[in-house]
Amino acid sequence: MARRTFILAASLGAAGLALGPLARAARTDGAGLGPIVPGPFGTSEEQTPREDIVSYNNFYEFGTDKESPAINAQKMATRPWTVTVEGLVGKPRVFDIDDLLKLAPLEERVYRLRCVEAWSMVVPWVGFPLAAVLKAVEPLGSAKYVEFVTHYDPRIMLTRPILRWPYTEGLRLDEALHPLTILALGLYGEVLPNQNGAPVRVVVPWKYGFKSAKSIVTIRLVETQPATAWNTSAPHEYGFYSNVNPKVRHPRWGQATERRIGELRRRPTLMFNGYGEQVASLYQGMDLGQHY
Amino acid sequence: MTLKNPGNLALAGIKAALFALLLIPTALMAQGWFADTLGANPVESIRRSTGEWTLNLLLMTLAVTPLRRLTGLHWLLRLRRMLGLFTFAYACLHLASYVWLDQWFDWGAVAEDILERPFITVGFAAFVLMLPLAATSSNLAIRHLGGRRWQALHRSIYAIAIFSVLHYWWLVKADVSMPLAYTLVLAALLGVRGWWRELERRRQLATAPAHLPQFKGKVIRIVPK
Repeated sequence: MARRTFILAASLGAAGLALGPLARAARTDGAGLGPIVPGPFGTSEEQTPREDIVSYNNFYEFGTDKESPAINAQKMATRPWTVTVEGLVGKPRVFDIDDLLKLAPLEERVYRLRCVEAWSMVVPWVGFPLAAVLKAVEPLGSAKYVEFVTHYDPRIMLTRPILRWPYTEGLRLDEALHPLTILALGLYGEVLPNQNGAPVRVVVPWKYGFKSAKSIVTIRLVETQPATAWNTSAPHEYGFYSNVNPKVRHPRWGQATERRIGELRRRPTLMFNGYGEQVASLYQGMDLGQHY
Repeated sequence: MTLKNPGNLALAGIKAALFALLLIPTALMAQGWFADTLGANPVESIRRSTGEWTLNLLLMTLAVTPLRRLTGLHWLLRLRRMLGLFTFAYACLHLASYVWLDQWFDWGAVAEDILERPFITVGFAAFVLMLPLAATSSNLAIRHLGGRRWQALHRSIYAIAIFSVLHYWWLVKADVSMPLAYTLVLAALLGVRGWWRELERRRQLATAPAHLPQFKGKVIRIVPK
């Protein structure tokens, strides 16, 4: 902790220079975000430095190591961009990204992010509840799940079948409507950098990071549980729910502890990533060891 | 002094240069650690680098015998012990990066990992198998064991190599390109040994005395008194 803070301060100049081009690209790529209001559920924990959030990414379409997405994702054009909301809804709609930005007041949501690889960050997202979009399209009674389909462009992304492309994720409708679940359009008060899932991603802070799909192009309301990328790839490792749960054992990483980026010692992982008060009721009566 | 026969002084120079060269990855890691240039997760970076260098050195050690045979440079054999010991040294650093930096001596968590996470089980097994090889690397140990027994013991390097590559396979989530690359190199190094062994077997068969025509009559056993 102290080591990192000290070194960070010492190397701030050089780091700022190195990140200059990336930061500029993100700002000029889309329109500004406009006014941002503080949102609920924020944590007062120390925020992970922006430098780390934009340089340590899992975005397999742009490379399977942590450093590649920051470089390769710059090839992705985030304008024009539309998000199609369809399926079991009364009023299906195609949102232009700039209209989506104005759908609801933008809030800053400072959330913990817990990766299944046992590292974590504290991220100041900018966005609004996903519920705002879902309510706008009037879900039918038959809609039980929400499927997210992400952007896939084989010309600029990996074509090896590492995962099923395009990457898809899914939530139960009540999880998607939960006030903690947001569509994020920004980070640290600025337009979301490409490697973090520009121009729009979902953020579900009580689930492992891979549930928070990046660069979304389609939101589909469906009746049955949708297939999701990691669950399809290794069902015994990554369940559909994938709630952060220190008690569910994993064949690669012990989930009882995690390394907060910037810290040297591990810290205990909290049930539902510390959001149990808000979300535990969603899973009442469910065996979370079974439905991991 | 030639390439085929460099002489003792030149060989000492080659050994010293190789020794210095193999320290470079450690120096770079240490430099990166203290300058904080290893990215957002320096612990993971160290763990990964030490692991990759262990594998690189293991394959280099296994490459000595085939290279020596292909090139006729028999002095290469005299570098093998150093390569093997460096493999062990990087394996120790790799284990230390996990036990110390990653788990901070949380022995309960380490034990759980070894017992429950297959990639750690097999990696730990590879490390344990390295211990007797490192312990018997001196001339004294070779003389004490005798060449044949020493060689038999050190054949476990093949199992260590296979376990180490498996360790990498079972670690990766989805992109198997790196473990596949290591597997192909290891398969070539082991395959060429198998092939040469087969050639040797055929050669011995070919030069064996011609078979006598099979005897068709009654065989009277001669039992020595």
